[in-house]
Amino acid sequence: MKRRVAITGLGAVSPLGVGLPALMDGLERGASGIVRVPALAAVDGLRCQLAGLVPAFEAPDLPRRHRRSMSPMSVFAYLACREALAMAGLEVESARDSLCLILGSTVGSPQTLEAFFADYLPARSLSAIKSTTFFKAMGHAAAANVSQALGLAGPLLAPTAACATGCLAVGLAYDLIAGGRQEMILAGGTDEFHPLVPATFDIMNAASVGFNHSPDQAPRPFDRRRDGVVCAEGAGVLLLEAMDAALARGAKVLAEITGYASSADVSHIAHPEAAAIERCLRLALRDAAVAPGEVDYVNMHATGTLSGDVAEARAVASVFGPDVPVSSLKGHLGHTMAASGALELAASVEMARRGRLAPTRNLSDVDPDCAGLAHLQEPACRAVSTVVKNNFALGGVNAVIVFRSGA
Amino acid sequence: MTDKEIVDLVNKTLAEEFELDPASLRPEAGFAEDLGLDSLDTVDMIIVLEQAFRMKIRDNEAIRGIRTLGDLHAFLIEARDARGA
Repeated sequence: MKRRVAITGLGAVSPLGVGLPALMDGLERGASGIVRVPALAAVDGLRCQLAGLVPAFEAPDLPRRHRRSMSPMSVFAYLACREALAMAGLEVESARDSLCLILGSTVGSPQTLEAFFADYLPARSLSAIKSTTFFKAMGHAAAANVSQALGLAGPLLAPTAACATGCLAVGLAYDLIAGGRQEMILAGGTDEFHPLVPATFDIMNAASVGFNHSPDQAPRPFDRRRDGVVCAEGAGVLLLEAMDAALARGAKVLAEITGYASSADVSHIAHPEAAAIERCLRLALRDAAVAPGEVDYVNMHATGTLSGDVAEARAVASVFGPDVPVSSLKGHLGHTMAASGALELAASVEMARRGRLAPTRNLSDVDPDCAGLAHLQEPACRAVSTVVKNNFALGGVNAVIVFRSGA
Repeated sequence: MTDKEIVDLVNKTLAEEFELDPASLRPEAGFAEDLGLDSLDTVDMIIVLEQAFRMKIRDNEAIRGIRTLGDLHAFLIEARDARGA
């Protein structure tokens, strides 16, 4: 018998600003977080010059002993965790020894890795390498730094599955609470921008290259003129609790996670297959005991790539048919990598609460290959109860979360 | 470099690296108890001082006996003298 799992806190750091209010305000205004980064033009072979960068913000008031090992991705995640805890009305002190943290990033800090190799490679010398470099570059850097800064002494996990990290972390948290192993978990993903991130996609001809002088026109999920991913940075964190414990402490339940599934796509390491996505969707719906017709909205992973959007559109059309509203938030945010699943899940929870769904920004002319869905091209006001969130990654990792809005 | 130039450069380097109040940089200040530096900081202190003074000091045995800022000043003054000798 699964225990019920509540979402009681949301935290967001995104290209639309620091904090969930900035994210939701930007989504409701139809804002774009994408900018042209002139420095990217200096990277030989990199054609994409766009990024979704977190706007300048006031650094958190943390002691130097915490800041010294935090790269931007750890700072983003720290702020998102603080916001989620505050929204849940939870004092860290009350749960310090048991609060579990599951936080992943695509890799350790790429900005730190560049600095390390810039010092190391010219003479193969360690003479300028500081002791804190490792604590920024290690695979679980964000999780470890947030744990230290918040003083969380519960279990610490750092799952990594590139762009599916966010929903994978939340799904793992859901499994642990539903199965009775944990009571309360902060879960999500975080990433910081570095030129090598868009380079990864550009090398595979999967980064947007045609809108460098009109940044707010890219990326363009499902659009006929889409030409690839625009990479971004940020953090998304959700606080999950056992439902009975959340209700007992009088917490406001924002949503209930009712189902989750993750499965591998072994058809190809880089090209998603519609059948594999469909299988994951059906597994998640079965876990939630929800029929496709009961779903009110699907928040798509769609990043604006040529093949990925088609595969997801076909899978979602096959499962849900043509009438369930769908949209991707990548047109507003770009692809926030390991943060994207959790960040867009947090936004979806809030959109469902408000009964206002953001459309897919930059979707003006639906690609016939992505048709057969109720694409939102304008904001939609409607009652939203059951929501499906898709999150997929290079390497063939699929993750789908199902939630029901409210208690 | 004069003794004062060495003291000033040490204090400036440490104040910048570890965000220390210049007023706290008294010769009798202990690195751990007064300046709040821990084991990772002492590793990084050697690195920034090597860069500031353009000399290797990490493997100098005498460094193990340093407890206060005054000890560090004296160590670097001695290192200057040894280099000049």
